[in-house]
Amino acid sequence: MEAATKPKLRVATTSLAGCFGCHMSFLDIDERLFDLVKLVEFDRSPLTDIKHCGPCDIGIIEGGLCNAENVHVLREFRANCKTLIAIGACAVNGGLPAQRNHLSLASILEEVYHAQHGLVDGFIPNDPELPLPLDKVHPIHEVVKVDYFIPGCPPSGDAIWKVLTDLLAGREPELGHGLIHYD
Amino acid sequence: MTSESAKKSPMTILKNIHAEYLEPILQHHRHSVNNLLQILREAQEHYGYIHADAIDHLSVALSVPRAKIEGVAGFYSFIYLQPRGEYRVLFSDNITDRMLGNQGLLTSLCSQLWVEPGKISEDGLVSIATTSCTGLCDQGPAMLVNNIAVNRLTQERINAIAELIRERVPLAAWPADFFAIEDNIRRKDILLSTELTPGAALSAALQRSIEATLHEIKTSKLRGRGGAGFSTGMKWELCRNAPGDHYVVCNADEGEPGTFKDRVLLNSYADKVFEGMTVCARVIGARKGFLYLRGEYRYLFDHLQAVLSRRRQQNLLGQGILGCADFDFDIDIHLGAGAYVCGEESALIESLEGKRGTPRNRPPFPVTNGYLDQPTVVNNVETFAAASLIALNGGDWYAAIGTSVSSGTKLLSVSGDCAHPGIYEYPFGTSVAQVLADCGASDTQAVQISGASGVCVAAQEFGRCIGFEDLPTAGAFMVFDHSRDMFEVARNFVHFFAHESCGFCTPCRVGTSLLSNMMDKFSHGHGSPYDFAEIENLNGLLQSMSHCGLGHSACNPVLDTIAKFRPAYDQRMVHQGYVPAFDLDRALSQARQMTGRDDTGAHLERDHESK
Amino acid sequence: MSQNNNQPASFELDGKTIPFQAGQTIIQAAMAAGVYIPHLCFNPEFKPHGSCKLCTVKANGRQTASCTQQAQAGMVVESDTKELNDERRALLQMLFVEGNHFCPSCEKSGNCQLQATAYEMDMMSPHFDHFFPDRPVDASHAEYLLDFNRCILCSLCVRASRDVDGKNVFALSGRGIKTHLIVNARSGHLADTDFSGADKAAQVCPVGVILKKRVGFAVPIGERSFDQQPISATPHPMKQEG
Repeated sequence: MEAATKPKLRVATTSLAGCFGCHMSFLDIDERLFDLVKLVEFDRSPLTDIKHCGPCDIGIIEGGLCNAENVHVLREFRANCKTLIAIGACAVNGGLPAQRNHLSLASILEEVYHAQHGLVDGFIPNDPELPLPLDKVHPIHEVVKVDYFIPGCPPSGDAIWKVLTDLLAGREPELGHGLIHYD
Repeated sequence: MTSESAKKSPMTILKNIHAEYLEPILQHHRHSVNNLLQILREAQEHYGYIHADAIDHLSVALSVPRAKIEGVAGFYSFIYLQPRGEYRVLFSDNITDRMLGNQGLLTSLCSQLWVEPGKISEDGLVSIATTSCTGLCDQGPAMLVNNIAVNRLTQERINAIAELIRERVPLAAWPADFFAIEDNIRRKDILLSTELTPGAALSAALQRSIEATLHEIKTSKLRGRGGAGFSTGMKWELCRNAPGDHYVVCNADEGEPGTFKDRVLLNSYADKVFEGMTVCARVIGARKGFLYLRGEYRYLFDHLQAVLSRRRQQNLLGQGILGCADFDFDIDIHLGAGAYVCGEESALIESLEGKRGTPRNRPPFPVTNGYLDQPTVVNNVETFAAASLIALNGGDWYAAIGTSVSSGTKLLSVSGDCAHPGIYEYPFGTSVAQVLADCGASDTQAVQISGASGVCVAAQEFGRCIGFEDLPTAGAFMVFDHSRDMFEVARNFVHFFAHESCGFCTPCRVGTSLLSNMMDKFSHGHGSPYDFAEIENLNGLLQSMSHCGLGHSACNPVLDTIAKFRPAYDQRMVHQGYVPAFDLDRALSQARQMTGRDDTGAHLERDHESK
Repeated sequence: MSQNNNQPASFELDGKTIPFQAGQTIIQAAMAAGVYIPHLCFNPEFKPHGSCKLCTVKANGRQTASCTQQAQAGMVVESDTKELNDERRALLQMLFVEGNHFCPSCEKSGNCQLQATAYEMDMMSPHFDHFFPDRPVDASHAEYLLDFNRCILCSLCVRASRDVDGKNVFALSGRGIKTHLIVNARSGHLADTDFSGADKAAQVCPVGVILKKRVGFAVPIGERSFDQQPISATPHPMKQEG
């Protein structure tokens, strides 16, 4: 891929209630990263350490929404990114964190901070610095409009590369057998 | 050993309690698993719910796995596997009940009896919940108490009911006027005004040959009154020509919201209905018939049984009917138990067979493969009543009434915003405007024809006519004046379909719930054009992919109101961007409560919309 | 049926001629001819059920479940069209949001027909809002596990247990969105039924509800049934599993 004279696309990435595994997988595009950086520049991302997302062409979200902070970050991305991509199982359907959804939040906090063996005088942290958990974990499309999805836990580097190159080339992204998987 | 047997004995006693009331029921139903639903219903009348021990007993007595019994019991809204209140109160929740203020009355009764809606009071005295339309729209708001209908609820009546329940007064000792269900017949035509001496139509039929009777039915051009309008003569002929043991089934599962004509026919014209069934039996060669009566009409059961036994005494049922040696026929009444889908004929047959009321794959159709896989005619109550008159007066007489496509008359169940709700019989071809004028409706915004699954007509269409060629109907005619919000009408119907979906096929099971949630999202002020497009997509999917008419028509109320009352939706699209269906700030409330926090960081902006 | 003496009767499916024998349904004939029509509740070994609606086709312009619709000579059937596949994808999305389908932690992943069919239909997201139902797992049985979170109500286990095993271990109860799988025991536990690993019912679950304990994740990712080939190239997926 040749670096065109047109301006580079600006891309932001973040992980909400995720494990950064999708970001690790993103790095698995390996030497193709060199091709990618000819076409894009990074805004907010674990790769840049920029704290807030500015106007971008593409936002990539890993992880679902498990607390208020996740909601703020997601809203910031949606407001700033022309195209928003959900990457990985957690962003797509809540993933592993959403497996707490059949329990009440009260019972979870009770269990974690009060009931469990070895907790003496345990209390539920109430520092305003800490984001409050939502009563259920939600995939991101339940809160903002999402333009594209890359399922997988994590999606392979090849799948991520395929979607990004399709989008950069102005094609509708398509994965097909072998690249589309939910695990 | 001793301690073990000591432990066992209370259990044995308990089991005997159930055996005591179950055995007579089982004997009455000849230990037939085909009568499972009837057995469960009667068992519950004795014990209040179906106890696990009762299931064990039935499982052995009927030689069926208990999972099957639980599967059947779990399908029907009025069969309970867990204890309910001694007084089970169910408020009818059709849109017409809502328009008459049922929600305020429910709240009032709940607070007077210290019970939450949908729950049982702590002392086990009472449970209060809602149920689908009980067919008393002309005298609502209505409720069922232990499956018996109570009409014309007012605050005064609710206060009295609260007192009666608190004092544990048995239902039989409640004031009789609470249960005084009226016919409210406002306009009679041939069906309601022709006097029929019991047996007269049957005699007329027996004087003709069977072929000639069938010919009269065909000549009359009578079409099914359940709404679909299949030719009755052709149905009888197809069934008659199919080999096997033949059955006649009368569909009195009148569950379509806003419909109550069968209630009146069965209450005051039962002879015509049974006589029509008997004529059908003669034509198709059936020895056995069933009336499938919706559970909400439980209060009609004893009356109908009395009519049947009188007809047996009159030799109009039983062996050698009217001296005809080769004509034996009798009718059983099966009660439904709160499942609208059983109004679909193949689901009704499944339910008659004591199963879950899931519509069958069709073809084959009931005329060849119906009850017990045998040829079966399933007709509406009104169809059989009309058939009796045709047997009496001939097909030409009937065909001359109505229009060329829709012969005869139609009973309309008129309710909603009008001065005189009740039953109106009209020749087919009568305009909506005529009905509105006769029932004393003014300032009318819309009429829902044929219930939730029917069609919603707006003012500019009031010139349209009742008939298969224009507005086919099972009979419901719900009137809405300009004070009514047509979005809320559609939302009520969508909730109804989600509640009544049988759950067999994916699109209807999940789609009706999704549609219901989308309508709620609009109602809660979270709607946007994005959701509007979603609703339209869901409508398309339900229509094209569903297994039966319930799924196909579940989106009709939405499609109609979108097309004709779009502003009701537009005013709810308060957002242009995307908004979640749930309230994010409320989603933090549990965490706020657990941490005691209420700082700004402990909240999320409500109704934040994104592009 | 217009059937010539030598020529078997046939119908047209997406432009291909599909021969069929009298009594065969569209999907049976298509399968025999090696043509894939997406399906979940259909299994060639059992009486068709017609509930999942994935196999819906357009036969002579009318939408119908191809597992229950008998083939007729000269019928023109459309199946692999954008319109139908869009609708099938929506049905799959409904199934995914109705239950709790977390593929990464499911032992059936890679061998799951729901998942593989969703791949086939290019389902990139569940699209709808999730129901996140509360469905407890039944781990009572010594050898088998029931994870109801993944149940799609296809009733294959019900049919297998009743029609092949003669046991009636499984049944459906409830109605509408509350429809759910139950087992034949007063306790509601599989351990208290006569279920056995040798039952046909133990083999037929197309998703990850009925699972043998202690053998999960034995086949590495990349070597599972649908890693190797898509479900459309796997004519009888049930027989592919180890």
